[in-house]
Amino acid sequence: MGGLTQEAAVTELANARKDILRIATAGSVDDGKSTLIGRLLYDSKAVFEDQYEAIERASRGDYVDLALLTDGLRAEREQGITIDVAYRYFSTPRRTFILADTPGHVQYTRNMVTGASTADLAIVLVDARKGMLEQSRRHAFLASLLRVPHLVVAVNKMDLVDWSEEIYEGILDEFTAFATKLDVPDVTVIPISALQGDNVVTRSARMPWYEGTSLLHHLEHVHVASDRNLVDTRFPVQYVIRPQTGAHHDYRGYAGRVAGGVLRPGDEVQVLPSGLTTTIAGIDGPDGPLEEAFPPMSVTVRLTDDLDVSRGDLICRPHNAPQVTQDVDALVCWMSEDPLRARQRIAIKHTTRSVRAVVKELQYRLDINTLHRDTEADGGLQLGLNDIGRVRLRTTQPLFVDDYQRNRVTGRFILIDEATNATVGAGMLVPPR
Amino acid sequence: MTTPDYRLTQLQTLEAESLHVLREVAAESERPVLLFSGGKDSIVMLELARKAFAPARIPFPVMHVDTGLNFPEVLELRDKRVAELGVQLVVASVPEAIAAGTVRPEPNGSRTRIQTPVLLDAVEKHGFTALFGGARRDEDKARAKERVFSFRDEFGQWDPKHQRPELWDLYNGRIHQGESIRVFPLSNWTELDIWAYIAQEEIAIPPLYLAREREVVDRGGMLYAVNEFITPREGEPVLRETVRYRTVGDANLTAAVRSTATTVAEVIAEISVTRLTERGATRGDDKVSDAAMEDRKKEGYF
Repeated sequence: MGGLTQEAAVTELANARKDILRIATAGSVDDGKSTLIGRLLYDSKAVFEDQYEAIERASRGDYVDLALLTDGLRAEREQGITIDVAYRYFSTPRRTFILADTPGHVQYTRNMVTGASTADLAIVLVDARKGMLEQSRRHAFLASLLRVPHLVVAVNKMDLVDWSEEIYEGILDEFTAFATKLDVPDVTVIPISALQGDNVVTRSARMPWYEGTSLLHHLEHVHVASDRNLVDTRFPVQYVIRPQTGAHHDYRGYAGRVAGGVLRPGDEVQVLPSGLTTTIAGIDGPDGPLEEAFPPMSVTVRLTDDLDVSRGDLICRPHNAPQVTQDVDALVCWMSEDPLRARQRIAIKHTTRSVRAVVKELQYRLDINTLHRDTEADGGLQLGLNDIGRVRLRTTQPLFVDDYQRNRVTGRFILIDEATNATVGAGMLVPPR
Repeated sequence: MTTPDYRLTQLQTLEAESLHVLREVAAESERPVLLFSGGKDSIVMLELARKAFAPARIPFPVMHVDTGLNFPEVLELRDKRVAELGVQLVVASVPEAIAAGTVRPEPNGSRTRIQTPVLLDAVEKHGFTALFGGARRDEDKARAKERVFSFRDEFGQWDPKHQRPELWDLYNGRIHQGESIRVFPLSNWTELDIWAYIAQEEIAIPPLYLAREREVVDRGGMLYAVNEFITPREGEPVLRETVRYRTVGDANLTAAVRSTATTVAEVIAEISVTRLTERGATRGDDKVSDAAMEDRKKEGYF
């Protein structure tokens, strides 16, 4: 094998230097999401023979049901539903993909939010025969709420509408009208047939009127490098490294993940909450000293002066600091059966900082089908499971925050119920009114 | 290592994510421990732990759930790494538990299931609050659905229907007394990523992963190397085959695959064209049923 094998290995290692695109998919139960994912996995050769044989055995109809590739747990197969977010991995010579496959049921909105929270791109599936359903609107809205930078509307089952351009155009218009109410920078609408593979991996010959690219081609080429904030330096201190041994006796490094901007040795920086300024003496990466660090790198920063810095502090530039505040205005997606009410006490985790808070005010509940803001309700306003609303929180300690729109890392937090320890909410900071 | 448009490679991205997870647990969890089997995934995880806290030592112990059915090469590497890194090694011994009568092997000799009570006892004894595991989501259907921070009740059980929502990289490791969190820093790595990283970082692995001629017996299409734990049955032919291991589990249950890959680069070339999942190809313990892993995880398996 010698030469050829080595060559293949080198190619494969070069592939390991590709970038990663994180995708979240959402769809209703019957609009073919599992089939689409099965198709992407199968056609990109991410399905192994033993997996294929297993679904071949489990398929009930005349054809191999690719949807079964994504149905994991026994409870799901028994009930024919998807319970939780499942992560899938596939790659092409251009890119590697991590796909969060999220269930479409109304009651599992929290999973959609979980899947979308890390995504660079969201795929919303629409059944060509049914057009935009409430569910499709909800998914598109959640993607925009979480500021997933790229949205693809896959109009599926085109085979069942005779590859009709008219139907595709109708859905395109309907979605475009709806999208004007949302804040999504990049929307692409692609007509596909997941079952037959049209426009999934290769362009379909049966829809010559469609001038765009196939779904996979789009996923391979969508430009994601500019989706991070490389302007505002933000470095939440995660862990203090102090070896206190021989050669490294005086080493004191602040480990963390760059949340914004670009850090370089020699940069003048400010540490919050103390407000003291110093300079970056050095940055240590996983393999030694670095000339610069940017999101989402995990590095260790050394400072010139011996300041008192600990976990939960934040390093920024002196003239570009985040807001230091105990008053937090945010849109919250509530994920617990026990509703959120005004005056409730709750724990917050924001970057590496954990504090307590009280809900000062529940300003409105958003009807995500109509985008109407309910400010009143019988028996008092509250957020139930899967509700989204705007709240004002007062925290016990200051947080160092940016609007979610400006920085997805310093603009987000989770809410934790202190009695059960459950994660009960996801918050995105918005400017105060 | 940087490019003008501030992009990271696939491996750099995965590495950054794993370091973040390791540090988050070290910062927030009272008594974490890293589960080390000597397999390639836990070797990579240990290397990431070294990087996460360098130049300081890894601030938590390493635990090996020892089934007593180890390949000697694996134990050698374990002891070597532990000594090099200066970390504490905790051994949770299945043979000791069998001798004490607290667990019993299954009729086929499998100790896969009884690792769980031994693990849970050790967790209780040492008061571990967080356990790092080397599991990857691409390995199995049940694992594909597991969070990076996977909450376990006081019995170590996983409840797939009530997992904590996991948003962004804001992990919730809060627990009550007796509960614990399983943490999987390699969740998003694939088998190929692991190998590419081993090659890139020149990480030492047990020689079992590389092909050489070994004496094997063919049992139902699976090739088992003849060793201390696998002896040919009466009339069973012993074959000489050039094989290697894709996964390293118990020496009595892990099958080898035919291979000519004698270097890490050749292994990468081989698995990038292979058509079988690593567990499907080599693990007798997962063949039992389609939901074998799901059931084991619910009971508190890794």
